Amino acid sequence: MSDLMKVPTMAEMTANGEVPEILFWVGCSGSFDDRAKKITKAIVKILNKCEVKFAVLGAEESCTGDPAKRAGNEFVFQMQAMQNIEVLNGYEIKKIVTGCPHCFNTMKNEYPELGGNYDVVHHTQLIQSLIEEGRLQVAGGDTFKGKKITFHDPCYLGRGNNVYEAPREMLSKLDAELVEMRNCKAKGLCCGAGGAQMFKEAEKGDKEVNVKRTEEAMEVKPNIIATGCPFCNTMMTDGVKNKDQENNIQVIDVAELIATAADL
Amino acid sequence: MISIIIFAVLLLLGFGFFAMNVNKIRTNILMGRDVDRSDNKGERLKVMSLIALGQKKMFKKPIPAILHLCLYVAFVVTQIELLEIIADGLTGEHRVFREALGGFYTFIISFIEVLSVLAFVATFIFLARRNLLKIPRFNMKEMKGWPKIDGNMILVMELILVTFIFMMNGADEVLYSQGLSHAENLGDQSFGFAISQFVGPALFGGMSESSLIIVERIGWWGHILMVFTFLNYLPFSKHFHIILAFPNTYFSNLKPQGQFNNMEAVMKEVKLMMDPDADPYAVPEEGDEDAVVQRFGAKDVEDLTWKNLLDSYTCTECGRCTSSCPANQTGKLLSPRKIMMDTRDRLEEKGEGLRKNGKDYDDGKSLLNDYITEEELWACTSCNACVESCPVNIDPLSIIMDMRRYLVMEESKVPNELAGMISNIENNGAPWQFSPEDRLNWREEK
Repeated sequence: MSDLMKVPTMAEMTANGEVPEILFWVGCSGSFDDRAKKITKAIVKILNKCEVKFAVLGAEESCTGDPAKRAGNEFVFQMQAMQNIEVLNGYEIKKIVTGCPHCFNTMKNEYPELGGNYDVVHHTQLIQSLIEEGRLQVAGGDTFKGKKITFHDPCYLGRGNNVYEAPREMLSKLDAELVEMRNCKAKGLCCGAGGAQMFKEAEKGDKEVNVKRTEEAMEVKPNIIATGCPFCNTMMTDGVKNKDQENNIQVIDVAELIATAADL
Repeated sequence: MISIIIFAVLLLLGFGFFAMNVNKIRTNILMGRDVDRSDNKGERLKVMSLIALGQKKMFKKPIPAILHLCLYVAFVVTQIELLEIIADGLTGEHRVFREALGGFYTFIISFIEVLSVLAFVATFIFLARRNLLKIPRFNMKEMKGWPKIDGNMILVMELILVTFIFMMNGADEVLYSQGLSHAENLGDQSFGFAISQFVGPALFGGMSESSLIIVERIGWWGHILMVFTFLNYLPFSKHFHIILAFPNTYFSNLKPQGQFNNMEAVMKEVKLMMDPDADPYAVPEEGDEDAVVQRFGAKDVEDLTWKNLLDSYTCTECGRCTSSCPANQTGKLLSPRKIMMDTRDRLEEKGEGLRKNGKDYDDGKSLLNDYITEEELWACTSCNACVESCPVNIDPLSIIMDMRRYLVMEESKVPNELAGMISNIENNGAPWQFSPEDRLNWREEK
């Protein structure tokens, strides 16, 4: 395991009498989905490169309950939330970074009323502040030279929590052209996965939402669709495949783009 | 004298009937569950000033925003002239404010006239947009029938209102220049109002004194009668937004849009389940308000909050929510505007039934199933585009979510794949069938 892939768990850290600066909440997608695991690793590399002292919960982490709540099952949501809060409070966690806007929204906004009060940030916010503080140097390199990148706003990061600028500022550090879709920021169209739609077939209609969003992205002719959410990533990747554009358009998380630009 | 009495009676009837219908709506809205929006008064005033008074969210679409602004400002400022009409009507005087206000009066009425012309033009464009241009959001399924008639009626009434203003001021201008107006003569030859000093002579210049007086009176009485008609039309129309936009934005949700409300009733039960010392058979203490069993989620209008119900009466059916909805854009049944219209229509129906038949009346119908179908509810991605796009901060999403909660928690009606996802969360701590032990496997994988 290279130094950049050091991933201590809370249990290991506590056993060594150490306290992390921040807890990295990986999320179900980031833990189990093959594509999303790559995003998780990019975040880990960035954290290690910046010498951020972090830990993960590993097997002690469990679904935040977001999809259960959005599917209307408040019981399962609250049971998940309270179990997680018990673990987090047990470790006296103060600060959390998540790899997923849904985990971010749920823990930041919906855990406090159930007894979980933490300073929660999304990975784009944390990475942006690392760049700003000068802890992370993004050389830019030639990798993205001449490339067009468009950012797809995740609903639960953008409209849900008004975070529009952090991912864009990160992307502006790359030596690439940032282009905005017609519907961006507060007007951004959903990828189709939210509200537990990720886990079911869509209702009858004349098109899939992810295909529609991919078409909107294609209007600005990007080489890369940048995402900040593992579910958006899946949906946009499928949309690009549906449109037979895999050879022209890549779907990459902002964290991965930054890790690549920083030669990690 | 007789005209003063007729006027006073009309005035009383006009406002009395309006107050009665507003009170019905108020009673309907208060059928909803309680939600606390009494905090942060300063912040609430700010939101109301920006969104309702300042029309901030309208300006996401600049052209309709400017046209709408013409109507809105004309409407607000015209209230000053309306005050004078009421004062004149009750005293038998004519243009009672003119002498007291002097040059300022000329300025105000001129301002109203200029705005009225702008409003007239804007109304024409709005009528054309609605009926000639095929703007999708005005031609969707839920807009067929009454909603379409309603939209056009409002615009036509506005045209009539403005026409009467210029009949009144125009004919009066000609009369005044001939020294025949009932308004006190201040030794000048013209009122000097910006538009009617030209339009009046041009339209009515050649008329006899008696014709002029008739035109002026038709304008005056027509205008005030239209105002009463319009006022009393409001409670039956989507146009009620001109009043409710203010309280509705004041009582906005100030929390992040991504945050869904916490269900306290569920919290109590979950805490009981997780507390090893809890006695599951404990009898609730007497006088414990929470002992009243409430439905989980919403099946009918009384299960929604009063803010949801206020939202439904505030909706003016502009359709910005629906045209921004990803489900609707891709041909699904869901239309957030329809959710709001259904909620209002069901609330009207239910309120009327209760008033007629007593408070225990049950018509066997409900918002869910009779108005809104499961298919609509499950098409939502909870993306908040509808909430974001509403110019008056209506929240269709919270109604959709509360109805999903009812379906899932009271009737166990949940799409199969979601049932599977939820049991995975319960059993494996993830929405997929992976073992919780494998959660950190990615650390070792290449």
